[in-house]
Amino acid sequence: MSFLEYRLSRRSLAAITAGTVAIAPFARVLGQGAVSYEAPDNIGDLEGEFEADGSSTLGPLTEAAIEEFAAVAPNVRITNGISGTGGGFERFANGETAISNASRTIKEEEAALAAENGVSWYQFSMALDGITVVVSAENDFVEDLTVEELANIWAADGGVTTWADVRADWPAENIELYGPGTASGTFDFFNEEILGDREVRTDYTPSEDDNVLVQGVAGSPMALGYFGFSYYEENADTLKAVAVDNGDGAVTPSIETIGDGSYAPLGRTLYIYVSGNELQSRPEVAEFVKFYAASSDEIAPAVGYIALPEDAEQATYDKVLGAIDGSIAPDSDSFGAEEEATPAASPAA
Amino acid sequence: MIDQVSTPQVSVATGDFRPRVKARQRIGAIWRWLFFAATTLAIVLLGMLLWSIFSPGLSWLSWGLITNPPSRIPEKAGMNPAIWGSIWIVMGSGITAFLLGLGTAVYLEEYATRGRFNDFIQTNISNLAGVPSIVYGLLGLVVFVDWMNMGRSLLAGALTMALLILPVVVISSREAIRAVPSSLREASYGLGATRWQTVQNHVLPAAFPGVLTGVILAMSRAIGETAPLLVVGGASQVLWRPDGPFSTFMVMPLQIYNWTGRPQKEFEHLAAAAIIILMIILLLMNSLAIGLRHHFSKKARW
Repeated sequence: MSFLEYRLSRRSLAAITAGTVAIAPFARVLGQGAVSYEAPDNIGDLEGEFEADGSSTLGPLTEAAIEEFAAVAPNVRITNGISGTGGGFERFANGETAISNASRTIKEEEAALAAENGVSWYQFSMALDGITVVVSAENDFVEDLTVEELANIWAADGGVTTWADVRADWPAENIELYGPGTASGTFDFFNEEILGDREVRTDYTPSEDDNVLVQGVAGSPMALGYFGFSYYEENADTLKAVAVDNGDGAVTPSIETIGDGSYAPLGRTLYIYVSGNELQSRPEVAEFVKFYAASSDEIAPAVGYIALPEDAEQATYDKVLGAIDGSIAPDSDSFGAEEEATPAASPAA
Repeated sequence: MIDQVSTPQVSVATGDFRPRVKARQRIGAIWRWLFFAATTLAIVLLGMLLWSIFSPGLSWLSWGLITNPPSRIPEKAGMNPAIWGSIWIVMGSGITAFLLGLGTAVYLEEYATRGRFNDFIQTNISNLAGVPSIVYGLLGLVVFVDWMNMGRSLLAGALTMALLILPVVVISSREAIRAVPSSLREASYGLGATRWQTVQNHVLPAAFPGVLTGVILAMSRAIGETAPLLVVGGASQVLWRPDGPFSTFMVMPLQIYNWTGRPQKEFEHLAAAAIIILMIILLLMNSLAIGLRHHFSKKARW
């Protein structure tokens, strides 16, 4: 089973097979992926140890990339942590980690802390995800919700206690809400996109463990919750995804609608942030990021994410190459200025 | 025996006394059944827990689970680095806690003079045993990881765990030392031995089985702890076994925690299988404790 096209020169292949038996899944298949990555001859000799940390949403994707990379560069030891996007950025800004997994863009105070500690950074898009609003499969009245209705449900001042408060012809039963906790990047993203400046209500059941949310929503026909697309996909038999209407008609989240950007505003890009110093001074970090960027399209579906469109993946890869040789300045240099011009970072790169 | 109580032989002069044998026996029987229910409830709950683990987990048990590193493909995933991490952490914390704990216990029992200071220490040790484990994790994060600059390493994890089990080790060691008959000490002093000679040649050998049992039981607690290492270790995927005191690490409970959080159902089953392995290791450690105790107590002659 080969899900990665990975081109290896003959010398490195010999070096690797000498060092490990884990080469089996890497056949020399070419031509499917958007980006082809050529491993340097000495990849088997690369050594080093560094850490990635951050989002639990992106964690499994980074872990899968680490697992595949370990098969070609067995002496590079990368560990991945799951401290949440915010927790990951804190460690990243303190210079503890080389890579930070993020399910949202970096916040001003996090960028300020990084600047204070002299940590420059690049932001790379790795995969797409759609925050999926779900109800139980037993719920027979909710098919779609407008952004306005969602905002009223989740806002502290929305005044919604029963389903009838959302739409008059829905049952006058209490609405039970499930959502991620405050440390989650998903929580931040959802509130920013749906609520804007309105305060989020606090009388819902929060959990950092998405499987708890799945159980809660699946168990009651009056429940509503939201989490990453992969958790919906794995539980599609007990959950129903609600189509979200952004004013241009209701769109159900799916691999297609998230991939082409029509699932809005809850479609999102998952990023890794890489320390500029580490990327440029340590070849093992550079090789890993290159490898990750080139293979994300094949790893992502395997762990429940949606791959970037081909041109976006190529753009990420080109940006990685530019960042390594220094021809592209770190994103941290232009962070403040960019923030004023375009509030949301471009999902392409 | 109580069942055979019959009408009292002694006549009661006041006349207030009514034997009410039947009623008292009935109340006795009710209590007996309440106690029995309390016992069975615990066993039934344990049975349900075991069933909920074994029914999904049994079919996922395999050698691969023990020998493979973690993987995103559930069929290939194992917890070899986590098993090694747990062994290192438990050995490291066990040895540290044994040395520190036994030292504390010997001092408090054999050297310290009874007084306010001694009482103060004693109260604090008992209180420490009740501190939530996450607090030890935060302590470890601040003291070992940050101040002492050990990073999120095996050493920091083992020392944090040593702190966590230290109070238990101190308390059980003190009990074991206290159980050594004072006649033994007096005989030793009577022959002109110094305090240290008495401790070294008589008290410690006699107390050793009890101390060892305490340490091993404390280590069984350490192997199942998740919260402190979640804070100190932080890592959620480590593909390599630890190769030194400063390497990053993974332990079994953290691996289980990681797997249960994943969206794919297969990982939940895998986590159940991992729990079975963790339980087997726990049972082995506990039987080792019993075996050692048996072995050493046969040697003791007094």
